[in-house]
Amino acid sequence: MDNLSDTLGRFGGVNLLPVALAGLSFVLIGAPSSWVTLTVAGLSMGMMLFLMASGLSLVFGLMDVLNFGHSAFISFGAFIAATVLAALGGWLDSDSVLLASAALGLALLAAIAFGLAAGLFFETVIIRPVYRDHLRQILITMGALIVSEQIILAVWGGSPITVPRPPFLEGAWIIGDVSIEIYRVFAFALGAGVFVGLMLLLNRTRIGLLIRAGVENREMVEALGFKINRLFIGAFMLGSALAALGGAMWAGYETLITPALGGEMMIVVFIVVIIGGLGSIQGTLLGAIIVGLTANYVGYLAPKLALASNMILMMAILMWRPSGLRPAIK
Amino acid sequence: MKQSFGTLTVKTTMLVIAALLMFAPFLFQDIRALEVAARICIFIVLVASYDLLIGYTGIVSFAHTMFFGFGAYGAAIALKQMGPGWDAVALGTIAGVLVSLVVATAIGLVSLRVKAIFFAMITLAAASVVLVLASQLSQITGGEDGITYRAPDLFKTATKLMVDDDGKVVRWFGVKLNGKLAAYYFVFLTSLVLFLVMLRITVSPLGTVLKAIRENEARAEAIGYRVVAYRTFVFCLSAAVASVAGSVYAIWLKYTGPDTALSFAIMIDILLMVVIGGMATMWGAVIGATLMVMAQYYLRDLMGVASEAVAGIPLLPELLAPDRWLLWLGIIFILLVYFFPKGIAGTLMTKGVRK
Repeated sequence: MDNLSDTLGRFGGVNLLPVALAGLSFVLIGAPSSWVTLTVAGLSMGMMLFLMASGLSLVFGLMDVLNFGHSAFISFGAFIAATVLAALGGWLDSDSVLLASAALGLALLAAIAFGLAAGLFFETVIIRPVYRDHLRQILITMGALIVSEQIILAVWGGSPITVPRPPFLEGAWIIGDVSIEIYRVFAFALGAGVFVGLMLLLNRTRIGLLIRAGVENREMVEALGFKINRLFIGAFMLGSALAALGGAMWAGYETLITPALGGEMMIVVFIVVIIGGLGSIQGTLLGAIIVGLTANYVGYLAPKLALASNMILMMAILMWRPSGLRPAIK
Repeated sequence: MKQSFGTLTVKTTMLVIAALLMFAPFLFQDIRALEVAARICIFIVLVASYDLLIGYTGIVSFAHTMFFGFGAYGAAIALKQMGPGWDAVALGTIAGVLVSLVVATAIGLVSLRVKAIFFAMITLAAASVVLVLASQLSQITGGEDGITYRAPDLFKTATKLMVDDDGKVVRWFGVKLNGKLAAYYFVFLTSLVLFLVMLRITVSPLGTVLKAIRENEARAEAIGYRVVAYRTFVFCLSAAVASVAGSVYAIWLKYTGPDTALSFAIMIDILLMVVIGGMATMWGAVIGATLMVMAQYYLRDLMGVASEAVAGIPLLPELLAPDRWLLWLGIIFILLVYFFPKGIAGTLMTKGVRK
């Protein structure tokens, strides 16, 4: 038994979970072509979830602040990107790939810029006064969530909004009898790029070093003379910008968004960070991919169960590992 | 014990609210006012039971409407399937309480060991799953449309409680003694009993232990109280009370749907009521529930008028539209948590206390 767990540990331990999941569902589904389609869909969904959840996890790990208003950034990102894309409709419809990708880039940039600005505001005005007081943090960020949902309703109205996509991301690649939606590949690539960027930032730069040190021991970093408050603001802005980017990508994925988007995503994002273990980026990626894969496989195998599957998954993992799969060391 | 001026103010307000609720059918003789009064009664119980968790024990749960919904759907399904009768009411209520107890125990044992924040997230996830299930299992729960059913015969408007010699309904102070009145007093008395039970619990030794856990968990554990057991117990207790409140509300409304019994909006209402009224005092629940329900019914009218008044100015009418009342309440809520974390009752009661 010990030998077995040692061997498993050498091959990656809990990181093997998505692989095991994919293998199991391959047997259950039986048809390789639909399995490939589902796996790609699951991976790209997982990457978008990772974008949305990473900020929440990072902020919690570093600042010990759990932001219940995190989903506000997601929905604002989605709505702002949709508005920009709709405004640049002419560029999207033109045949030039350059103009269309410029429109898409501008939409994503607008979402990121909003995320940065809103993150700055949120951190300094809403969260700063209630550091280290979990009860009031939960209440205040919940209040901020209520207010921002109402603002979205006031500005964009309650009816669903269609999100135009650039033509070169429409459609699917057909390889044999496997069809792969191009937008999903794009989402996956973007998510993977952000993950690599984050890992480089955290492991190869001085700021990353300080952030990791802050996660381990905040007082010590402060005692060594670093301005931890600036670090907090920076991390919070980064997290909000990533959430807004994730929201924007999600808007393009769903193509029809409603103000209820934030609330729906919040639950999934929470499940992702709980499964992955709060505070760690790798854990969040792992959790996001597991949730994305499970959602797609279960949606295909047993559609009735799809809604409860995330919850059951979370319960099962919490029974096994009460603090998530790969929690940050505390 | 000499009581401070603030405490006296709060207690006088309590008496006034209790008296108003008690004689509501006689004082405000229109249907809408009676609806408001019944809703206030139910929400006082619901908020007080939530206060046991958040105020007294320091547990943040977002699953309180879930338990409310279990009770409401229990009564609703039983009344629908078995027809109007007291056996259906009893069965539905008991079933609701049992389901609540089982779910609360399961959630509590799995997650009350971990940090407050984890617990909040897990309850939020559980509540959202139940909400989705309720709208999906439409054969049983009626889906988004909910269930309409008939309450026991005693509560029908046509029922005559007392008849005079001509066979007409007796009027007291101009109020017909009919089934509607009986239904209101059913709601009022159940709420009163539940509230008094909770009030008794908070001043019992159990209540003291709960406060000790809130103030310093490690110390409470060290003195020899089993913190997880106490937390799970109080979670189950408040779940059961919320469930009974749900059943009573379902009987009063004769309709149960996601919007009246399960939606996240109700959870937000409860949260606002607890914080506005004042955490960790039962009186706060009464003040918060009364103010918020009144605001829900009457503030919207006021905002409609305000919205029309500023019709020419861009964006302002949208922000003042009656549907946006939550926006303003949300802002008030944030300001309250910053500046008056004890809420109205708590702030008043500490005023005038000599240190």
